[in-house]
Formats: sequence, C-alpha cells, structure tokens
Amino acid sequence: MELFTNQILAGIATGAIYACMALAVVMIYQAIDHLNFAQGEMAMFSTFVSWQLMQWGVPYWGAFVLTLAFSFAGGILIERLLFKPLAKAPILTNVAGFIALFAIINSVAGLIWDFTIKQYPTPFGSSPFLGSQLISTHQAGMIGVTLLLLLGLYFFFQFTRIGLAMRAAASLPESARLVGINTSWMIALGWGMAAAIGSIAGMLIAPVVFLEPNMMGGVLIYGFAAAVLGGLTSPLGAVVGGFLVGIFENLAGTYIPGVGNELKLPIALALIVTVLVVKPAGLFGRAIVKRV
Amino acid sequence: MSAAVEDVATTETPAVEAVPKRAMTLGTGTSLVVLALLIVVPLFVKNFIIFQMTMLLIYGVAVLALNILTGGSGQFSLGQSAFYAIGAYTSAILMEQYNVNYALTLPIAGVVCFAAGFLFGLPALRLSGVYLALATFALATAMPQLLKLGFFEKWTGGVQGLVVTKPDAPDSLQSMLLWLHLKMSQDMWLYYFTLAVTVAIYVGSVNLLRSRTGRAFMAIRDNEIAASAMGVDIALYKTLAFGVSAGITGIAGGLGAIAVQFVAPDSYTITLAISLFLGMVVGGVGWLPGSFVGSAFIIFVPNIAESVSKGLSGAVFGVLLFLVIFLVPHGARQVAILCQQAIGRFKKS
Repeated sequence: MELFTNQILAGIATGAIYACMALAVVMIYQAIDHLNFAQGEMAMFSTFVSWQLMQWGVPYWGAFVLTLAFSFAGGILIERLLFKPLAKAPILTNVAGFIALFAIINSVAGLIWDFTIKQYPTPFGSSPFLGSQLISTHQAGMIGVTLLLLLGLYFFFQFTRIGLAMRAAASLPESARLVGINTSWMIALGWGMAAAIGSIAGMLIAPVVFLEPNMMGGVLIYGFAAAVLGGLTSPLGAVVGGFLVGIFENLAGTYIPGVGNELKLPIALALIVTVLVVKPAGLFGRAIVKRV
Repeated sequence: MSAAVEDVATTETPAVEAVPKRAMTLGTGTSLVVLALLIVVPLFVKNFIIFQMTMLLIYGVAVLALNILTGGSGQFSLGQSAFYAIGAYTSAILMEQYNVNYALTLPIAGVVCFAAGFLFGLPALRLSGVYLALATFALATAMPQLLKLGFFEKWTGGVQGLVVTKPDAPDSLQSMLLWLHLKMSQDMWLYYFTLAVTVAIYVGSVNLLRSRTGRAFMAIRDNEIAASAMGVDIALYKTLAFGVSAGITGIAGGLGAIAVQFVAPDSYTITLAISLFLGMVVGGVGWLPGSFVGSAFIIFVPNIAESVSKGLSGAVFGVLLFLVIFLVPHGARQVAILCQQAIGRFKKS
C-alpha cells in the first residue's frame, strides 16, 4: 500500500509538470487552433536563459521574472515574424513551420550552451516536504505553482477585459473583429502567454531532469497527451489531464509487468487513445456539433 | 469553439481547391520525359548516387502513400514510420529466415501492412485532426519499443536487427548483358527494380484516386457530412484509405530494407514519420508527383545543412524549411502551376 501511495504522489508531482506544459499547449491551441510542436524547445531555451542569468549572478527569483518577460516577448516576436505571414497558408504548412522552429531552437541552444548536462537550482529546496518521506519540497512547490497558475489564468480569462477579448477572438474571430477587438494582437498575446507559461514549466522541471537541449522531448509529448486527454479547449482539463497522465505513467511503470521505463510512454499514449475513442473531445472538452 | 473548429475544416480545403481538379498529376508528356530521365541518368553516374536515387524513389513512394491518406481522404497521420517498419521487417524476416525471393516479399509486406492499417483505422475512425495525429503518433513512438520486445526476438533479432542480403540481377538478364559485353551492378539492378515498382504504384495510385473509391475519399476530405448524406460509407472509406496508405508504405518499407540491407528498431523512430510528413508538405499536399520532390528535400537538404555547418545543421535545415514554406506555402505543386502558367503565356505571345 505504501508503494501505491508513493507512486500516486510521485505521479502527481511529475503530473504537475505535464499540467504546466499542457496549459501552454492549450493557450496556443485556443489562439491559433494548432498544436505547437516547438513549445517544448521554446521552454527549454527560456530555461537556459534563466540559467545563464543565474550564472551571471542574478538571484533565482530575479532570473525567474526576467525569464518570464523574455519568453513573453520572444513568443510575441516569433508570432509576428514567422507565423503571422503563414496565417493564410494551409494548416499542414503551419505544422511544418513548427517543426522547422523546433529544429532551429534545438540546434541554436546546442551551439550556445552545448549538450552537456547541467545542474539547475530549485527555489524550494529538496528536503522532504513537511517531514513526510513521500514527496520533496520541490515537488510540492511544483504542484503549488501549477495550481496558482491555473487560478491566475482563470481570473485572467473570467474577470479581465483582455481575457474576455482573447476568448472572443479565439471562439468567433469574425464577430470579435466587428466589435473592435484586434484579433491579430490577441493571437500574438496568446503566443506570448503560452511561451511564458512554458518557461515556468521548463524552470520547474529543470531541477528534476537536468538542463540540456533535449530535456523537453519527453515532457512535451506528455504535455500534448495531457492537453488532448483533458480536452484541448479547457485549461482546467489540461491540468487535470496532466495529473492523470503523471499518475497513470507511474502506476503503469510499477504495476504492469514488463513495462518498465521503455514502454511507459507507449502505454500512456495507448490509454489516452482509448479514452479518446470513447470520448473524442477529451474529458473536459465540449463536443462539437457540425452542420453542413 | 465550435466555429473555430469548423474554420479548421474549411481553411484546409483551399490548399487543394486552389488548383484545377485534374492537376493531381503531371501531363503525359512531362511524365514521359521524367521517366526517360529516371531510366537514363543512372547509366552515367557512380554507384553511390544510384543508391541515393533508389532511396529517393523509396521515400517518394512512402510520401505518396501519406499523400493518398492526407491529400486524398483528408486524414492526417504521424505514424507512417510504424507501417514502414512493419513492411521492412516483413520483407527482412521473410528473406532471411524463410528464404523467400525478395520480389515476392514486397506484395506480402503490402498485404500485411494493409491489414495493419485497416485494423488501426477502425478505432481511429472516431478521431480526426489533432486527435488522430496523437493516436498515430502513439503508434510511431511505440513501434521501435515493440520491435525490441524479447517475445519477437527470435524473428526480429531484437536490438541488433537483421542484415539483409542485396539481390543480384536475375541470371537471364545477366547472361543477356554479358552477351552484349555489359555488366550490371547490384545497385543498378536494385535501382531499376525499385523504379519499376515505383512506376507501378504511381500509376496505380493515380488510377485509384480517379476511381469511384478515390472520389469517395475526396468527398470525405471536402465535407464528411455532405459525403455521408450522398451515401458514401464514411467508415468503410476512411479505414480503406488508412489501409491503402499503410499497404503502400509497407511496400516502400520492404524496398527500403532491401536497399539499405539492414533493419533495426531505431531506424524507424518518429523522426522518420516527421520526415515523411515534411516531404508531403514540401511536395504539395494532394499532388502526387510532388511526393518525389518532397522525398528529394528530406534526403538531400539535411546533407546540405550538414555541409553548411556541422554544429548548426538543425538550424540551417529549419531555416531552409521556413524559406520553402514562406516562398511556396503550397509546396512544389505551386511551383509547377506557376511554370505551367508561364509556359502558357509564352505559347500565347
């Protein structure tokens, strides 16, 4: 039983990471209806920037805030420079663009910071949380930050004018434009916010997986899976999906014989596909009714 | 949100509608010139280039298969590498463990993959767009791990994979050439063999897309609900498209195993699936000849990027890819249309 609770708690802790990543994925999906395959690499790059700042002597939280600002600006810049011109191109062309962005960021980060593994500090410390052996303070901190982030986004989208405008631009672009919302900038804003959220995920996971250019590969896949499982239209769903994927991944790795580390990912994905076959819009997504 | 999702469906179609309906293929004249070039060029180049041309045809067939699925029926797959792997392993196992003739292994690989694709298509029926992409992606990530499983090791050779012997040209052909004082290298024979298979698949695909089945695919792509209202059996044709696409990919995989002379689980990762997808986009979605242009892109551009800068090869590749999609968002097909228009204007004046 202790093994079981341990695995669940560890699953919740890694799930927090996936939840963060999934939130970023959902942000972009809401804004532009695409999954951003370069999201993980953008987060990785931001994490490297924060690491570099700390190497230069900036304290952790200072680097954290600066990195958020950098990522936000970077996200907007990428949208303006690369993806706004592609807005009218076919969908699959956009996907190819994401893959190109992925290759560029990965390669550039490798050139600047090389591919050796680096230690990354945690702001919460790594001692056991409240005297319990089950999770560390860093893991508890990750869960806390993710929940705070979710709460913040909820308030932003429900109670601020910009949040409302962004929701309008995402759901009915034409009508939003008619009431004077600058939909083009709302998309850029979505990119900026997604990049910033992604950078938080990156900075939270770096102490766990260590810092290197390929660190986000697995995380992004789980993030996608979490977002799709929870429903691509729902930030809450993304977070719940993230925790579920984290827990399931751990349980499958422990209890299903012959799974181990290698087959964890395929098993997790297979479960998600099974869920989707039963509930195609995801757990929290709205079913779409189509007309001809 | 519903409106946004419908937008996705509607913005996808102009990519295909922007060109005349008949323009899925090249004209007869152009096709014959290209074919003649493909036949003659290998006679004058080195073996290594012949090998690369063989790979170009093989990946071209795999991209073509994806094109039938995406350009034809509007479904999107990131799992083609899995079917490619199944085809490659089928051929390799039959050749090495059961001594089956290499040419015979290809149709078997095709049938096996058709079955695999059809079966996978059944649950995938309920999924579309990004959800389908995720499902196929899961298949692609799982495939290398599945091939490594101890249970199959007797046949697959586990992590080490299998070595495949390269076939010689048939004896009758060799004695005929000897009589003419000519000799045909294994590479060259394999190239012509691949070319013959490619041409057969290409012609077959063109005819498939022009047939009743092909029109059903396209009706589903353009508007699923309207198609079902017209009496198209959506479930049947969607799974059929998956099966056909997987079958052709499997044949390409079998050819690939013979050409590379080696199969191993790690040759068929998600990177391969992404490459095939890029090939389709660069070639132009729904334009069959573009598959081979796209195949050339995914084979040669990484090499070019590598030669420009070793450390930044990924970045160079990405920038080149961006250049292509900025200049011609509809891929090589757009270039072909522009050329056609230019020639048309030239003829008039």
